[in-house]
Amino acid sequence: MNNIVTANITRFVILVLIQVLVLNNINFLGYINPYIYILFIILFPIKNNRLLFIFLSFLLGLAVDLFLDSGGVHAAACVTAAYVRPVILKFAFGMAYEHQTVKFSSTEFGQRFTYFSIITIIHHLILFSLEIFNTSKILLILKKSLFSSIFTILLCLLITILFSRKHK
Amino acid sequence: MQQIINFLIRNKTFLLFLLLFLISLSFTFQSHSYHKSKFINSANFLTGGIYESVNNIGLYFNLRQENNILLKENNRLKSILFNSETNLSTLKDLEERDSNNYKLIPAQVYKNSYSASNNYLTINKGERDSIGQDFGVITSKGIIGIIDNTSNKYARVMSILNTNSRINVQLKKTEHFGTLTWDAESPENVTLIDVPKLAPVIVGDTIVTGGRSTIFPKGIPVGKVVSFKLDETENYYNIKVKLFNDMTNVGHVYIIENLDAEEVSTLNSQDE
Repeated sequence: MNNIVTANITRFVILVLIQVLVLNNINFLGYINPYIYILFIILFPIKNNRLLFIFLSFLLGLAVDLFLDSGGVHAAACVTAAYVRPVILKFAFGMAYEHQTVKFSSTEFGQRFTYFSIITIIHHLILFSLEIFNTSKILLILKKSLFSSIFTILLCLLITILFSRKHK
Repeated sequence: MQQIINFLIRNKTFLLFLLLFLISLSFTFQSHSYHKSKFINSANFLTGGIYESVNNIGLYFNLRQENNILLKENNRLKSILFNSETNLSTLKDLEERDSNNYKLIPAQVYKNSYSASNNYLTINKGERDSIGQDFGVITSKGIIGIIDNTSNKYARVMSILNTNSRINVQLKKTEHFGTLTWDAESPENVTLIDVPKLAPVIVGDTIVTGGRSTIFPKGIPVGKVVSFKLDETENYYNIKVKLFNDMTNVGHVYIIENLDAEEVSTLNSQDE
């Protein structure tokens, strides 16, 4: 138990620092940045206290907002992603989730891909609509969310594959 | 009463979600208006400190480039000086005169962003260097933005690449003025609005700051006209301006303090 708590705290800090110090300076093609700090939300233990989880996601978003001067857009997007996560888990993993036996390292790649993509797209859509906050720029919102999502999903999958503790 | 409590307990997850979501929304809306985002900004000791230590490492990588920029600016200033009427002895008098209106303070940029729709920079001068709100920030090539929040050691600059930014500028050759805004499209171009139809605008014209605000002195270069068209009312021009500054690469900046700002603004408020 203690192990999981420390692992998540380290993940929180490291993801926020990597996000604000490295990934936000990528600006690929001028505007595409990956937002991999949502890995914290994606990989949070499934057997959890939902209230605590939502609150931690809020803190995560707020921490990123503090660094990026973006008001509360990351916090809003994170809270929503955390709130809808159980629904997406059920959709992506089906029965395995209902029996509470999902382990991210042992799931099929296809299922994991759906799960990652849906959370990322929800998060990015909310993030960019609040950030741009202008209905006449809806195309820009969609364009930014789409390209950043692709970047984020790719990086998240790569990172989880790299750091998984699966034994050969 | 018990039913209300039961309802609260049953929906506690949703209610917590709603509460946190509304808090983040209020932070967002606060950040949309100038001067209001007091809590969530990167000019505090924690984020400022982290940006500072990372910047100290990154500083060495573009030292050569920064040196070149400084050398060029020095060269330009020296050539203006030697070719003008004033000689060095009058320059000394100029320095000693106490009627100077503007005070310049050098600073280092710790964090810069240009891909969001509201961009801010964090710089390493704050209240203890007597930096305050509404001071202008420029580089040797052009304007950067306006300081909107300060902490003890750091300050946050609202970049001209911010949809809330409104800066008074004018054409260099005539006195027709307008407002500089940004449409969040590209970090190279900004939009100049409210220039009357009578103004003789040509592609390639230089845009400089106007003297109407108390923030920037008159005549700091901003950019040049790329294209222009009349807006919907057919009375004003919408001018696309290419910035002289490369906003994606800002290292050293100067903060401008207008020592007369208070006097001018009290004078203006008496007018109303």
